[in-house]
Amino acid sequence: MRHLLSTADLGHDEAVLILDTARELAQIGERSVKKLPTLRGRTVVNLFYEDSTRTRTSFELAAKRLSADVINFSAKGSSVAKGESLKDTALTLQAMGADGVVVRHGASGAAHRLANWVDGSVVNAGDGTHEHPTQALLDAYTMRERMGRLAGLRVAIVGDVLHSRVARSNVLLLHTLGAEVTLVAPPTLVPVSVGTWPCQVSYDLDEVLPKSDVVMMLRVQAERMNEAFFPTAREYSRRYGLDRDRFALMGEDAVVMHPGPMVRGMEISAEVADSPRATVTRQVANGVSVRMAVLYLLLGGSEPAIGQR
Amino acid sequence: MRAVLEGPEIGRALTRIAHEVLERTKGAEDVTLLGIPSRGAPLARRLAERIEQVESRTVPCGALDITMYRDDLHLAPARALGRTDIPAEGIDGRVVVLVDDVLFSGRTVRAALDALNDLGRPRAVQLAVLVDRGHRELPIRADYVGKNLPTSLRETVRVQLEETDGRDAVLLGPAGGQAAPAEALRRSAGNPGPGGESTGSEEEN
Repeated sequence: MRHLLSTADLGHDEAVLILDTARELAQIGERSVKKLPTLRGRTVVNLFYEDSTRTRTSFELAAKRLSADVINFSAKGSSVAKGESLKDTALTLQAMGADGVVVRHGASGAAHRLANWVDGSVVNAGDGTHEHPTQALLDAYTMRERMGRLAGLRVAIVGDVLHSRVARSNVLLLHTLGAEVTLVAPPTLVPVSVGTWPCQVSYDLDEVLPKSDVVMMLRVQAERMNEAFFPTAREYSRRYGLDRDRFALMGEDAVVMHPGPMVRGMEISAEVADSPRATVTRQVANGVSVRMAVLYLLLGGSEPAIGQR
Repeated sequence: MRAVLEGPEIGRALTRIAHEVLERTKGAEDVTLLGIPSRGAPLARRLAERIEQVESRTVPCGALDITMYRDDLHLAPARALGRTDIPAEGIDGRVVVLVDDVLFSGRTVRAALDALNDLGRPRAVQLAVLVDRGHRELPIRADYVGKNLPTSLRETVRVQLEETDGRDAVLLGPAGGQAAPAEALRRSAGNPGPGGESTGSEEEN
């Protein structure tokens, strides 16, 4: 069985297949009957150990638009709260006959573990600070939709790279698709292993902004911070926040992206967030199409057409 | 493979179908042509051009991909989707003429009817095909046929078009191995090659 656990599992052709499939499926969202019969009779379980509104509803809507049966399983108020382990929960779902499991977990590698325990396809919807492949796919889709291409596109990913699964997934996927990625963050928020990532690293946002076609702002994940990575929120915001003055440094056609949820006034000012060159809501809309494409390509045929074996 | 139709004959067949569409629909008012990818789509465009030449009226023309409505999805890995492009006026109240290259089991057309159902409510749906090779598995027939081609189940029919393959031809070849259309579906597991290379990517349904 094949799974989507990391964007590193996707080759160039597979990634393009997902984006092209998503482009066709995007039309469904504009029709009066927003439903396809493709996954009729299949069961998709949303297994969410971390709070999530955007990703869970996006996956739920995507599966429902493909006519799959969807079971939402969140850690709160379930057997997990009573002390059940991930493995036992997985085996329970297995016994119920889940064809696909969408999992979000606070521990890096949880999706990978799960993939060894269940027969169905596992889609990683975020595991700790490791990866969030469908977010990277929808970001790439949004970039391609907005800029018309990905090859040679200069992308800056700014902020809390250390705790960001979005950053890692994006760097790997965008590299596969031919874009040039620069990570911008305070030195304390850059992972130690970044030397092995296929990207550049800079500590100076003002220097990178004029050279970027796409600027992706990351949220500072205070909930994952148990030590001091920067002196004050105000200082972080002054040096790495995207405000009106910095926005003016960007190219005229350059766009601002944010995976959400945004903290206005911290990494992005309200003015920039509401600008027509910010693609935040577009990213959410594209998320449904991309997740439909992933679910279709994993569950739609006799065997998955994408992902890691 | 043996050519049973060459370029000029395909051209003449399409011209005749265009005239038949005009006759049957009394001047092609309200007609929308929808080609089924991959080779139905260029055929629909050619029909639209011919109708325009004859009647100096533009006919809305688009493409309708039926992959997500197929009844054999579980027999092969998920396939790449074709282009769906519904003309801006939609299909409500229109006379939709579905256009495909080969009519075989009728399962593609069944899927297309389901797809149309989710897009709107046409006043009528008609079917135009370049080749009808027989062996229907569903109660479906074509309204306009370029050529009736009696075939054995063992034979394969391949349509090549200028737009997709660089030349116009209908080729009839010997057995691809399996017999029934349902078998042909399994045979073409995976994505049909773009150049009509995969045996019978078109006549499979």
